[in-house]
Amino acid sequence: MNNIAKNGLWQQNPLLVQLLGLCPLLAISTSLVNAVSLSLATILVMMLANLAIASLRALIPYEIRIPVFVLIIAALVTMVDLAFNAFLHDLYVVLGIFIPLIVTNCIVLARVEAFAAKNGLAAATLDGTMMGVGFLWVIALIGGVRELIGQGTLFSGIEMIFPSLTHIQLLPADYPGFLIMMLPPGAFFTLGLLIAGRNWLAARTKQKLPNQHLEAAPSTEKTPTVAA
Amino acid sequence: MSELHDPADNTPQESVPERSAAYIALRTAFILLAFTLVFTALMASVYYLTAPRVTANAEAEKLRLIAVVLTPSRDGLKTFYNNHLLNDAITLPPTGALGTTENTLLYRARKNGQPVALVFEAVAPDGYAGKINLLLAVAHNGELLALRVTQHKETPGLGDYIDPKKDRNKTHPWISQFDHIGFDRVPVEKWRVKKEGGHFDQMAGATISARAVTNASGKALAWVNQHRDTLFALSSGAQYQPTATPAREHAQTLRSQP
Repeated sequence: MNNIAKNGLWQQNPLLVQLLGLCPLLAISTSLVNAVSLSLATILVMMLANLAIASLRALIPYEIRIPVFVLIIAALVTMVDLAFNAFLHDLYVVLGIFIPLIVTNCIVLARVEAFAAKNGLAAATLDGTMMGVGFLWVIALIGGVRELIGQGTLFSGIEMIFPSLTHIQLLPADYPGFLIMMLPPGAFFTLGLLIAGRNWLAARTKQKLPNQHLEAAPSTEKTPTVAA
Repeated sequence: MSELHDPADNTPQESVPERSAAYIALRTAFILLAFTLVFTALMASVYYLTAPRVTANAEAEKLRLIAVVLTPSRDGLKTFYNNHLLNDAITLPPTGALGTTENTLLYRARKNGQPVALVFEAVAPDGYAGKINLLLAVAHNGELLALRVTQHKETPGLGDYIDPKKDRNKTHPWISQFDHIGFDRVPVEKWRVKKEGGHFDQMAGATISARAVTNASGKALAWVNQHRDTLFALSSGAQYQPTATPAREHAQTLRSQP
């Protein structure tokens, strides 16, 4: 159990290590509130998808597993979309077109194929949730950084979810903004720095472990596996 | 974790006894069909369970936006109109002067049966990033009551100040320049942004978004004022029929452009 959590949050973090889910990253990490709200919906979908597929895996023939997975994920997203529209309408207005786009987030299919199809119900649900949380903290961090540098605020748009709250102006009110951080390149810059930071931390941890000093040479540094 | 299997386990588990290819194909197809049916049924039931709330939400959302353009905070005009707006609507065909390319609805606000205002959509086709959808309310005396952007793709942090939610000036957002203004105060030839010698402010560096909204609102206001009586007279649910052929009307719009 502990391992699953660790994998999702750090060791196999979907954004920092697996580099999956880049399209939502570009689209919704423009502000902290957007990033967190869509990640919450993504966590819900990943949890449900892993749960559904782990419980149905005995019925799914190996040869057609991918179409069945896609079908199940698409159906789940549609239902989450409808439920949001009906019961959390304010949030639905904010997230707008992004909820249906969870279908295209490769991280959902990737976890279903790599984990839920081979593991028990509890483990699979935990894996979906933890991978989702790993997605959330990275995308929230990127959203916060982009929003702060791009327009000098944090939590802008929170009044659309909690009408009594308002955003915090962290930089001077006449801060002119830094447009490129609000545009997709800003997401890539921030993600690149985060990956570099994570690799540096990982390399340093490796160096400190006494038994692994042979692997500690810079040339053997672990680089993220690029998929997607 | 004992439940974790080796990935290599994921190969076909039992070797299927010798069957014809056709049998296997059919069997697989039926399994896929069964999954499709089950999940379609699930989606359909969620749809039917949520449909009434979704419709109610959409109506509330529409009314909320209409209320914003129709009763600007100025005079606390809560008793401004008293008919059921959403039921008193007519359909407008695609109209060049409004920039619309599909049918839109026009709502008519009345007080005790007397016409008060028209609420309708318009499209500014020339935003920085494509179309900008607008909702306008025009009073019976020809004054633009208010204007709101309902949908746009202008650059976040730069051109999106046309939407008061994104405008950093919360007390006097840019769009409030259009509250309670008519051709009596700003003549047609002045219905432009200041950069082009007109009346309306724009933000430095993002003139295109402001210009698109300003020009579209001017054209829409002129068109509605010209056809106001016809629009109020049509019975609810009717479709407005332009008197000129659409082609000629479009040509007129083009000519009237600078």
